[in-house]
Amino acid sequence: MAIHRHDNHKSANAFMEWVDRRLPVTKVWNEHLAEYYAAKNFNFWYYFGSLSLLILVIQILTGIFLTMHYKPDAALAFASVEYIMRDVPYGWLVRYLHSTGASAFFVVVYLHMFRGLIYGSHREPRELVWLIGCVIFVALMAEAFMGYLLPWGNMSYWGAQVIISLFDVIPYFGPLLTEWIRGDFVISDATLNRFFAFHVIMLPLILVALVFLHLVALHQVGSNNPDGIDIFEHVDENGKPLDGVAFHPYYTVKDIVGVCGFLIIYLGVVFFAPEFGGIFLEKDNFAPANPLQTPPDIVPLWYFTPYYSILRANTFNFFWIDAKVWGVVFMALSLIVFFLLPWLDRSPVKSIRYRSQPFKIALVIFLAAFFLLGWLGMNPVTPTNTLLAQIGTVAYFGFFFLMPWFTSIGKTKPVPDRVTGDEH
Amino acid sequence: MKNTLNLFFALLLIAIVQSPANAAGGHGAVLDDVDLNMKDTASLQNGAKLFMNYCLSCHSAAYARYNRVAEDLDIPPALLKENLMFTTEKTGDLMQTTMSADDAKRWFGVTPPDLTLVARVRKPNWLYTYLRAFYLDESSPSGWNNSLFENVAMPHALYELQGVQRVVGKVDADNADVATDDSVKVVGDTIFELDHPGMMSPRQFDEAMKDLTAFLTYLAEPAQMQRKSIGVFTLAFLIILMGLSYLLKKEYWRDVH
Repeated sequence: MAIHRHDNHKSANAFMEWVDRRLPVTKVWNEHLAEYYAAKNFNFWYYFGSLSLLILVIQILTGIFLTMHYKPDAALAFASVEYIMRDVPYGWLVRYLHSTGASAFFVVVYLHMFRGLIYGSHREPRELVWLIGCVIFVALMAEAFMGYLLPWGNMSYWGAQVIISLFDVIPYFGPLLTEWIRGDFVISDATLNRFFAFHVIMLPLILVALVFLHLVALHQVGSNNPDGIDIFEHVDENGKPLDGVAFHPYYTVKDIVGVCGFLIIYLGVVFFAPEFGGIFLEKDNFAPANPLQTPPDIVPLWYFTPYYSILRANTFNFFWIDAKVWGVVFMALSLIVFFLLPWLDRSPVKSIRYRSQPFKIALVIFLAAFFLLGWLGMNPVTPTNTLLAQIGTVAYFGFFFLMPWFTSIGKTKPVPDRVTGDEH
Repeated sequence: MKNTLNLFFALLLIAIVQSPANAAGGHGAVLDDVDLNMKDTASLQNGAKLFMNYCLSCHSAAYARYNRVAEDLDIPPALLKENLMFTTEKTGDLMQTTMSADDAKRWFGVTPPDLTLVARVRKPNWLYTYLRAFYLDESSPSGWNNSLFENVAMPHALYELQGVQRVVGKVDADNADVATDDSVKVVGDTIFELDHPGMMSPRQFDEAMKDLTAFLTYLAEPAQMQRKSIGVFTLAFLIILMGLSYLLKKEYWRDVH
């Protein structure tokens, strides 16, 4: 028996050598997993990167099975989704995994972005990691928006109608552009067909490519940590950081715990509250698209509502330009500001653990504004709500545009030499 | 700082829980609560009987199939074909209506909506209130009106069961406690008086409408019972797996200091 095992081992080695001469499997494995060193003090906030990747895989796999039964045809789409929910064995499960997965994706990505913000992961030398991440976020929004048209429910229809017509405000080209996007004068079969193509082919390819670049850029500079310090400043005789552990097996086994925790919440929603009180699956979307019947309140899904509130907030015609145009400009700007973050942040330290008081206060105000705008976006417009949305919008932009100022004042705490807080 | 953030998230949680968006009903309509038992097969069967006999003649339920309903509600195939199917002979067919869409439009002004998913659009409390809120109104084209859905095109399809009721008034601060008996009844925010009794007593009719609401709720999502039972096992498995994976993680991390 012992001889056999030895032989197996030898032949496995020979096989890997054969492969490695032709394809750098072992080299890539070592560089990016077995010998990729990350700080040993990653905490709760560090689960959401690998979880985003997990959800991307879940969405692609469930998406493949959905396309086997879904019909991208205005006359058939709605019924084909109900066919999946009723007649396809476990079709309801695949569909709920996908619809809940969309919301879970945004929850996890928002937490991932927040992690970057509080520990300074957007700062030098990780600016490109952050920028590529921002592009992923925008691509994800496009992916979610187009996917939401596919069930061809009444909210799918009117949501797309409202958002696409935003392009109308672009001077001169606007109407031409909206017509070009829709492929028709209204949202129609042509729109559904092209959104299907974008949703299942174009954007997933773009997303996968961007995620690959995000990881390559990250591994070029190394992962940040909750102290926001460089672990490679203290290395042992082999060049291995003293405060670092190999990603595999240390963080792979740790991430399994995170994956289980995530799945408990995610599948809890899938099995027990897939509509999530009308927030993940809106009730008006259980009626088929009807161009003649506008839903009482056209509400985008929750993850778009902060930006939707900013869009609706403005009621002033600055410089004699229509308030609606400014609304669209502000909404676009509310996403663009994320890209500028690495250059707006002037703090001498990265991590919130050592930042000055003004930054912490500004962060709490920003969070409050973000949630307030998100809540307002789900609710009808009233004079009070509009005023609140305007206050929220000012606070939202204030966080970004005053950042060069409030990050350079106040007293920061001394940054330690080595990582602190063994959270594991 | 950690405390400030924790306080922030705690306040946020309270705000979400207290949010008016989470309040049932929406749009301010007063609805009667209905407590449905989706495991009560007899109730669902009775709801199915009412639905096939009274609703399906004008409305369709065209995303659902007869045989699936029979299978889920333990209705024997012979009984299904004999007593519940009026539009087709094939048990695998979709539940279409006998009335053509053009006729419907001519007779009622609108095509009666498909009811497969109505419980997901309207929610059970709304349906339970709506079904009991029809009243006699000579001024409307059909002779009927509904206190929850004013000027609805639909006539009272179940009047032979409920009888004919008239509006007496609205429940407000002055008469918050209306004495209800066999002839006076409150549905939503409206007080009704029974003019002519139907085949059922008011109590029996309420019970029947509860069965019908339960059936519509089932019909809107046939997978709901299966989903919950699979969910319990899945979560139990994951909790055990999480415990084991935590032990594995601890073992690997033992020598990291």
